[in-house]
Amino acid sequence: MAATTDLPVARELALAMAERMLRIRAFEQQANQLYLSAKMPGLTHLYIGEEAVAVGVCSALRRDDTITSTHRGHGHCIAKGADVRLMYCELLGREEGYCCGKGGSMHIADHANGNLGANAIVGGSAGIATGAGFSAKALGTDRVSVCFFGEGALGQGLLYEVMNMAALWKLPVIYVCENNLYNEYTSYEDVTAGEITARAEAFGIPAEVVDGQDVFGVYEAATRAVARGRRGDGPSFLECRTYRYQGHHVGDVDRAYYRAKTEEEEWQATRDPILRIAGHVGAAAIDELREQVEREIAEAVEYALNAPFPDASEVTNHVYA
Amino acid sequence: MSTLEVPVGTRELTLSQAVNEAIREEMRRDPTVFVIGEDVAEAGTPFKVLAGLVDEFGTARVIDTPISEPGFTGIGLGAAITGMRPIVDIMFGDFLTLIMDQVVNQAAKIHYMSGGALKAPLTVRTTLGATRRSAAQHSQSLHAWVAHVPGLKVALPATPYDAKGLYKAAIRDDNPTILFEDKMMFTQKGPVPEDEYVIPFGVADVKRAGEDVTLIATSSMVYVALDAAKALEDEGVSAEVVDPRTLVPLDRETLVASAAKTGRVIVIDEGHQSYGASAELAAAVSEGAFWSLDAPVRRLGAMDVPVPFSPPLEDQTVPTPERVVATALELVGKKRS
Repeated sequence: MAATTDLPVARELALAMAERMLRIRAFEQQANQLYLSAKMPGLTHLYIGEEAVAVGVCSALRRDDTITSTHRGHGHCIAKGADVRLMYCELLGREEGYCCGKGGSMHIADHANGNLGANAIVGGSAGIATGAGFSAKALGTDRVSVCFFGEGALGQGLLYEVMNMAALWKLPVIYVCENNLYNEYTSYEDVTAGEITARAEAFGIPAEVVDGQDVFGVYEAATRAVARGRRGDGPSFLECRTYRYQGHHVGDVDRAYYRAKTEEEEWQATRDPILRIAGHVGAAAIDELREQVEREIAEAVEYALNAPFPDASEVTNHVYA
Repeated sequence: MSTLEVPVGTRELTLSQAVNEAIREEMRRDPTVFVIGEDVAEAGTPFKVLAGLVDEFGTARVIDTPISEPGFTGIGLGAAITGMRPIVDIMFGDFLTLIMDQVVNQAAKIHYMSGGALKAPLTVRTTLGATRRSAAQHSQSLHAWVAHVPGLKVALPATPYDAKGLYKAAIRDDNPTILFEDKMMFTQKGPVPEDEYVIPFGVADVKRAGEDVTLIATSSMVYVALDAAKALEDEGVSAEVVDPRTLVPLDRETLVASAAKTGRVIVIDEGHQSYGASAELAAAVSEGAFWSLDAPVRRLGAMDVPVPFSPPLEDQTVPTPERVVATALELVGKKRS
């Protein structure tokens, strides 16, 4: 057994977290390949580098807790327990996909696992997530609602409207700001005044800055926020500092004009969330999990590539319930 | 039978009372129904339409919000897809512009985008209509904006009877619905049965039968059309008044049948005429009854100007019975000549 010191969570949980992070990374690498080989229509936004945020937060959740996700949403979906075969089917527009192929990469939802959907409007799900927190309370449940959003959503007024109401009404909502440092191709520092956490604190919402590359740190902060929500004490805000290894979207390959190559290399070499958890659970355990996950992903891709497209008649189905 | 007659077992209610009663009954029937919006609780809205609901259901189900339309619409939507049936109150139809992302990009699409996995049983109630001297930002009739978006259902009840029945249908519907009430009609009285009833969306109502010309009218324009029909009777012209009641879904069959019967059609709608609901209604009868028409379909909408404040200016901008009569006589006159 690989030796590690001071493992902050039970080894079983740590390995489960490592496995999910590896699954996200392998999923995204294959999604990138599918795009580059022109097998995937449209575009996609990769979560590589940010795995510890989704996994750390979702590891603190129950299956019936809900999340809302973003255009960079594959990681959240996997972290909440989705089946990667059905995710690839969705990315490839196949009938068996989570949304019958009608949503695609930017709209994956997995209702059974509490994923209320990725959203292609920046900040667009802040209301939905807060409403899910509203219903949790109004219906007398103790489920909580997580709103994932990038730091780009800090520019959207909707976020502040709903944080105000969540604080007023003590709704069990956890606002998770994934600060990957770039609003598309613009440094967040160029467009963000003041301290990010101060924006939540202005509403009386407890806010903390978390190292988003440390899955255990994210998990611990999320666990505190979840407990607060379940107790009926209201919303919390986490700013998870993280980094997007790839471009804003798969086609964003020439990035030198907005960020230095050395910066990218430094984050990957010194702060990679998978390297860090390997330091805790041991490289051998990670290698074993990686091999297993990569096999699973390869099979899922193969499955999805051979899955049928929806029948043409499906186009008018589900316009209305 | 026209819904304007008073059958046995009914009472007279105002449109406002009918809306209130519909929401009250649905809140009693289903504990997941709640009302959220600005000044909906103790104030009962500025028009007092929701007066008294908070006394029966409390502030947990009749919820005053900050002035944050996108925020509380989004919260309503989130609650809708997680097991509740919210009624989101947008005080003036003009404020729909503030919630368009939540309505158009989110609510309208969530069922489709999720491949049917998620449902959004959200009811939005708002207003339309000018001539209240409220000027350009509190007088618009923007129902065509939302009727254009697949995934939304849109109703424009004209009578207390229709308002109650359509509200009950909307609240029970698993789709996002938007109901527009003309601010000038809140005190309009009409018969409403004591017994429970629901009016399905997509069923037009012939408000007055006639032979010579069809007046297709929405919301308060139904009363404009009925006044015009009365005046036309004195001119020896028999006008039929057809109220689509819902724009989405639209009961094209009833409109086309009336058009085919009379051969002449005027569409009267308070939205701006250009690219408005009146254009879609006119197209529906032109396409469906072309070979039975004796004249081109005419439209009477609001003038293509921002709604002005000054009364003599404002009054010109909306369709009036006089304009309907003149247009109808023109259509009939062409036939006679």
